[in-house]
Amino acid sequence: MRANRRSPYSPKTVGSAEPEIAPRSLFDKVWDAHVVEPETEDRPALLYIDLHLVHEVTSPQAFSELDARGIKVRRPDKTFATLDHSTPTLPPGADGERPYVTDQAKTQVDTLRINTAAHGIELADWGSEARGVVHVTGPEQGLTRPGMTVVCGDSHTSTHGAFGALAFGIGTTEVGHVLATQSLLQRKPKSMRVWIDGGLAPGVFAKDLALAVIAQLGIGGATGYVIEYAGPAVRSLSMEARMTLCNMSIECGARAGMIAPDGTTFAWLKGRRFMPKDDGFRNACEDWADLATEEGAAFDREVKLYATALTPMATWGTTPDAAAPICGTAPTPADESEAKAQRYMGIEAGQPMMGQPIDVVFVGSCTNGRLSDLRVAAAVLRNRKVAPGVRMLVVPGSEAVRRQAEEEGLDEMFIAAGAEWRLPGCSMCIAMNGDMVGPGQRAVSTSNRNFEGRQGPGARTILASPATAAAAAVAGVLTDPRIYLEAGYVG
Amino acid sequence: MSAEPFVTLTSRTVVLPDANIDTDQIIPARFLTTTTREGLGKVAFHDWRYDATGAQKPDGILNTIDAASHRVLVGGENFGCGSSREHAPWAIHDFGFRVVISSRIADIFRSNALKNGVLPVVVDAETHAQLMEQPGREITVDLSTCELRFGNHVTKFEVDPFARACLIEGVDSLGYLLNRTAAVEAFETRTAA
Ligand code: SF4
Repeated sequence: MRANRRSPYSPKTVGSAEPEIAPRSLFDKVWDAHVVEPETEDRPALLYIDLHLVHEVTSPQAFSELDARGIKVRRPDKTFATLDHSTPTLPPGADGERPYVTDQAKTQVDTLRINTAAHGIELADWGSEARGVVHVTGPEQGLTRPGMTVVCGDSHTSTHGAFGALAFGIGTTEVGHVLATQSLLQRKPKSMRVWIDGGLAPGVFAKDLALAVIAQLGIGGATGYVIEYAGPAVRSLSMEARMTLCNMSIECGARAGMIAPDGTTFAWLKGRRFMPKDDGFRNACEDWADLATEEGAAFDREVKLYATALTPMATWGTTPDAAAPICGTAPTPADESEAKAQRYMGIEAGQPMMGQPIDVVFVGSCTNGRLSDLRVAAAVLRNRKVAPGVRMLVVPGSEAVRRQAEEEGLDEMFIAAGAEWRLPGCSMCIAMNGDMVGPGQRAVSTSNRNFEGRQGPGARTILASPATAAAAAVAGVLTDPRIYLEAGYVG
Repeated sequence: MSAEPFVTLTSRTVVLPDANIDTDQIIPARFLTTTTREGLGKVAFHDWRYDATGAQKPDGILNTIDAASHRVLVGGENFGCGSSREHAPWAIHDFGFRVVISSRIADIFRSNALKNGVLPVVVDAETHAQLMEQPGREITVDLSTCELRFGNHVTKFEVDPFARACLIEGVDSLGYLLNRTAAVEAFETRTAA
């Protein structure tokens, strides 16, 4: 079988008459395989897009643009839409109406339903098992494949890079470009390899690793780069953990984050709805295995980290790179911006991170709203209660996650502990749907951004892993989750 | 959509000195439920301009300036980080700004700005420091020469040549892409996509 086929990613065959090509990285291979027209000085490359994910917030103006020009969506079969950002996470009321935060939010959702119907695009609508946060449901449905180019009008599209796809966020004008032409004008970004040695200790999770990477690179430190995460610690991560890591690439400015696919990837993908079946899947896996970065491939920048020494992390400021080990103290601000951030957070330099009082806990989002995230939060909460005065919201990332969690009885465990169990959506991560942290309240959140007011006007966000978030809910203060987890708990 | 052509602009600056001004500051997410692009200037930097009751904050610089004569926004380092929402440049444009200057500008914001008649200009640390110290300074941004001028200070900046042509000539990038359809079709045939 294999002898007759070559994947577009194969290295040069040894001894063949093909021209010599320099060793290529995962990113190079995916990029090269999608160049419709190469870039010149005057014009960016024309890049083909394999998968376009769409949600209600960043698409209406793009559809309007197409409609105004009388253009149809070029490849509805490569386009998939979901409802997630503006959707209520409470069920319909007695009148059967969903409790949208405003009429405008409902209109936005209905606009996507109308647009997808008019253009023949599949929509994961209310009632669909595929409905959920776009970066949770896309992979879950098997839409994301290794070697693909994936875009979405959403900066956390980098999540899909966990499968070895080149996945990046675009603005609404570019959403229109892809809807109309299935292609984009792009300059090739620079490349960075983040090599992570060692392995995560029990009770330390991909979120802690992501925060450590961002703290090391700085919030804008990877601007203009595509990151490849590599090394033994990355290989040992589960698929869900890899998605968490790639998800946050944008928080240090990176265009995308990628991980070469391997046996872990293939095992996770097998049998999913949009995956090829049987021989088709086996052949695809052989091709995908060729995506790995070749020995000697060049990177514009290389960074190293050692995972074994990491401990649970939490943020003390208003940017995701303002992260420190939870067992340590809030650092002395390096400049006025950091000082202002600490004033906003009510955290003083030199204060221990542990023991900081909190009001709200949010477990969910495209960073940490998957089944393994809910499981670890539940493991912390088992036979414990959410501390008095603390509000905890648990929001599954998709309907599929919700169903599986409910089959395992996680919902009952959350409710028994005093948490709220909600319907899937972005919810308090972006606070567009009415799920908000109150002014001045401090939230420990498993989401990805702690910008001022991100979770509601005046809200103060501490980013952490689901284990740390759940531990904070129990203790009422920021605390080390390892005291609540069974010895040796690995996510 | 193509914005009005941009060649050269002489105007005063507004300085927002914070580093890492993210898209949630530029336009908070709760204003993103709109289905059009118009009229977002009134919610640009909303939570910096208005308090919880909706009253204007007295110290909000953006509440006091005359937008028509202040079309250049100078931001602290790493301007526009965060989400891909194009509502950010829509809001900035609708408020009246045509140029955003910083020592570093986030990728997606920069790309979005260029498509909406807002020129992102990345300058060296020294020029940036000078501009940060002189709010309200009149400066000239000349896209034909890629120069920024104020007083005796002249500095070059870089813009992608394609984006520059689009801005100067008002080229419609979707129109350009639609003209490449044959190449896309050939690619689809070749790769069986
Ligand atoms: S969960 Fe948060 S970060 Fe993820 S797509 Fe939704 S709003 Fe964006």
